[in-house]
Amino acid sequence: MNCIIVDDEKMARAIVAKLCSTVPEITILEEFDNAIEAIKFINQNPIDVVFLDIHMPGFSGVDFVQTLKDTTKIVLITSDADFAIASYEYEAIVDYLVKPITADRFQKSIQKIKGAVSSKQTSIPQESDIRNSNEDLYINIDRRLIKLNLNELLFIEAKGDYIDITTTEQKYHVHTTLKKIKEKLPEKLFLQIHRSYIINYTKIIDIEDNSVLIDKKVIPISRSSRPELMRRLNLL
Amino acid sequence: MNYIIQLADGDTEFERQFIAILKEEFPKEKEHYLTAITKADYKQASEIVHKLKHKLNILGMENAYRLSVKFEDELKQNNIDGNIEFIQIINIMESYIKNI
Repeated sequence: MNCIIVDDEKMARAIVAKLCSTVPEITILEEFDNAIEAIKFINQNPIDVVFLDIHMPGFSGVDFVQTLKDTTKIVLITSDADFAIASYEYEAIVDYLVKPITADRFQKSIQKIKGAVSSKQTSIPQESDIRNSNEDLYINIDRRLIKLNLNELLFIEAKGDYIDITTTEQKYHVHTTLKKIKEKLPEKLFLQIHRSYIINYTKIIDIEDNSVLIDKKVIPISRSSRPELMRRLNLL
Repeated sequence: MNYIIQLADGDTEFERQFIAILKEEFPKEKEHYLTAITKADYKQASEIVHKLKHKLNILGMENAYRLSVKFEDELKQNNIDGNIEFIQIINIMESYIKNI
C-alpha cells in the first residue's frame, strides 16, 4: 500500500514513519508539512492511504478530505479525540489515531486500512473525459453571433450587467450575467470559484491558498468553492 | 521519553533522530510563541501551544500537558491569564531538551 504522511510537525511525521516501518505492506512515498503540496502529489501518484494531521494551518482536515479521489483512504491523526468522532461522516476516513500513537493502536488501524483498501472502488474518471469536450459556444455581440471554442475559453469575469470572456486569443465584453452563461458551460471544464469568476479549470497554471493563476491572471477562490475545485483537479 | 524508547524498540538511530528533531523544532516554536504573544496574536499563539502540548505529551510531562490543553482553549477566547504559567512550562521543557 502506498502512503503519504501529512503533518506540519516534523516530529509527528517521524513517529508515524517509524510506526509504518513496522508494517511490510506499507510504503511511504513522501512526507509533507502542508496540505496543498500533498494534494498536488496525490493528483500525480497512486496513493492508497494518507496519514493526515487534522490540525493543519490554513487548510482543515475536512477541506482535505473533500478534495480526494474516492479511492484514497485517510487515517486522521489528532490531538483532540472529540474532534475525531465527527470525522466518520466521511467514507474516505477509515480510522483516527489520537496522539501520542501507540504501536498497538497503530496495528489495529493497519487492519482497518487493509480492509478498506482491499474493498475500495476503482472507478476513476479518465483524462479523455475532459479533453474530449470540444463543444462551441455562440455569443451575441452587436447583433453578430461569434463562435467560441470552449477549450480555448480561459475564464469569465462578472462586470455588473456584463461579463468579460477571456479566451486564449482575445477578450469579449458581453451583455449577460455570470449565472446565465454558467448554465451553458459544461461542468467537465468549467467551475465557478468566486462570485465574480467562472474558470476553465483545465487551464490552471498554478494554485495558491486563495487564488489560481490562468494565463497571466490571478483569480481569487472563495473559501466555499475551494474543496470542489481541489476535488475536480484530481481528474487531471 | 518512555514513549519514544518503547516506540524505538532498540532502534538507537530513531532515538537519535527524534532527539535531533526535538532540539530543532522546540526553540523555533518557543520563539514563535513569544512573538505571537507580544503581537497579541492569540490565535497564532494557540496554534503553537497546540504543537508544544503534543511534545509535552510525548515527553510524559502530564501536568504540563493538561495545563496546555486548557491554555490552548483559553487563548482561542483571547484569554492569556495562563501565559506566565505556560512560559514557566516551556522554560522547564527547554532545560530538559537541552540535557537529553
